[in-house]
Amino acid sequence: MSHVSQAALGRPPVALAPTQPVTLHINGQTHTLHIAPWTTLLDALREYLDLTGTKKGCDHGQCGACTVLVDGKRINSCLSLAVMQEGSEIQTIEGLGTEDNLSPLQQAFIDHDAFQCGYCTPGQICSAQGLINEGKARTEDEVRELMSGNVCRCGAYPNILSAVMEVLNGNEASGAKNEQPKEGTSQWSAGATKPDMAPVEPPKK
Amino acid sequence: MNSFTFTQAAAVEAAVQDSATHEGAAYIGGGTNLIDLMKENVARPTHLIGLKNLGLATIENTPDGGLRLGALATNADTAWHPEVTQRYPLLSQAILAGASPQLRNMATDGGNLMQRTRCYYFYDLATPCNKREPGSGCSAIGGYTRVHAILGASEQCIATHPSDMCVALAALEATVRVSGPNGERTIAFEDFHRLPGNTPERDNNLEPGELITGLDLPAKGFEKHFSYLKLRDRTSYAFALVSVAAALELDGNTIADARLALGGVAHKPWRDKAAEALLIGQPATADTFRRAAAQVLAGAKGQGTNNFKIELARRAIVRALKQATEMNQAFDANAFQNSNP
Repeated sequence: MSHVSQAALGRPPVALAPTQPVTLHINGQTHTLHIAPWTTLLDALREYLDLTGTKKGCDHGQCGACTVLVDGKRINSCLSLAVMQEGSEIQTIEGLGTEDNLSPLQQAFIDHDAFQCGYCTPGQICSAQGLINEGKARTEDEVRELMSGNVCRCGAYPNILSAVMEVLNGNEASGAKNEQPKEGTSQWSAGATKPDMAPVEPPKK
Repeated sequence: MNSFTFTQAAAVEAAVQDSATHEGAAYIGGGTNLIDLMKENVARPTHLIGLKNLGLATIENTPDGGLRLGALATNADTAWHPEVTQRYPLLSQAILAGASPQLRNMATDGGNLMQRTRCYYFYDLATPCNKREPGSGCSAIGGYTRVHAILGASEQCIATHPSDMCVALAALEATVRVSGPNGERTIAFEDFHRLPGNTPERDNNLEPGELITGLDLPAKGFEKHFSYLKLRDRTSYAFALVSVAAALELDGNTIADARLALGGVAHKPWRDKAAEALLIGQPATADTFRRAAAQVLAGAKGQGTNNFKIELARRAIVRALKQATEMNQAFDANAFQNSNP
């Protein structure tokens, strides 16, 4: 047995992780979690709320697989702590559409074959939704530039681009940017809730 | 990540007080650099103080005709703000040249200044690094130095400050507003970040517990003649090998006023007032630009694998000044390719 004490190691003894209550608003539902303050928003979604649509790729903000919408704006959920997001409206891929009622972007990704392995796809779609919410990109070059925070290992970029352009042009054609959106699009905008979606509760301890 | 406690501060005074009562505390804005450093155990704060409820996210005009950027305004909201795109398009262009849309939505203006001056050895706990562990040595010197400094480095550290936004802020002569245990003060932008010298662990001149509350831009925005030219290994979402913020005021073909700052080449945003002096009063010609570029690079020193950056910077300066001279219309905030012609 070693006689080296914890103090000699120059670090405090290992203690049970302290938790604190955190209330998160996600896809129209309110959840209260008791989690350690170092839990990222990504880990809170995946490990505590079973919202595993949001993916962990690099876990360092470089790949975009973890992209979610916070108050309508796309962010990397791996680089934000859950405790920092109290009071925010969070929307994940699960809140964009359902199997029976896909969002326009989800449908466009299928129609344009905009993925192969699919791992980056939830982040790509959430990022594209953020891009549409921002209303800054119009041309293909602008979409490429403003989608550069999402990496696709399979190289489906041309099809991702065409999928995003289709939805973008559909919005423009219907005047969705400044006027009344065409039927079926408004519910996909930022922070939209799906009243028919089953509530997701934290796992029982 | 190490264990830490977290509080969401309700006011600036409370945040400063909270910091004073926790040894090893850190403020957290967007967290895009700090959390990344914490995941690698490079940063190990004992206590994090959230800032999002401080009411510092506004962007407003100042009585002297300038613009005040709240420290908690996001980089994205700043870049797209009408007052910024119209009056300080150089700043808008620089911000949009950096990071990704997701990161710009998270990163705050104060936090952009507070991101660490860094390199890959700083991130790698298996290698000595004077910035991470003072006195342990520099692994970059004699190593692989593509991203490293060519100006203002020391025997202790050759890391670079990777911000694009800060290069524009240096050129525009912003002022940093801070609050701390001893009250409020302002810091001229050129005095905010530090060169490594013998204290590479210090990136800036903030005192312990001080918090950035805002950035003041002076009235002069150089909105007619400017360029942010960023050269990098891929055309989006990469740090600069060399970037140049060039801003000119032209009287006919004569340069009435000039600003010149570089990114990716030093421990801090690198503004060169001597080079600006060589531009002012001179005709806006390639010869004038070459003289200014020569002045900027006069003291440059390569580290081996980054020797190419000296010539790259020289040419980038000339090109950015040429672009600034030749533009004859206001910056279109949607013309993303401006920085990569």
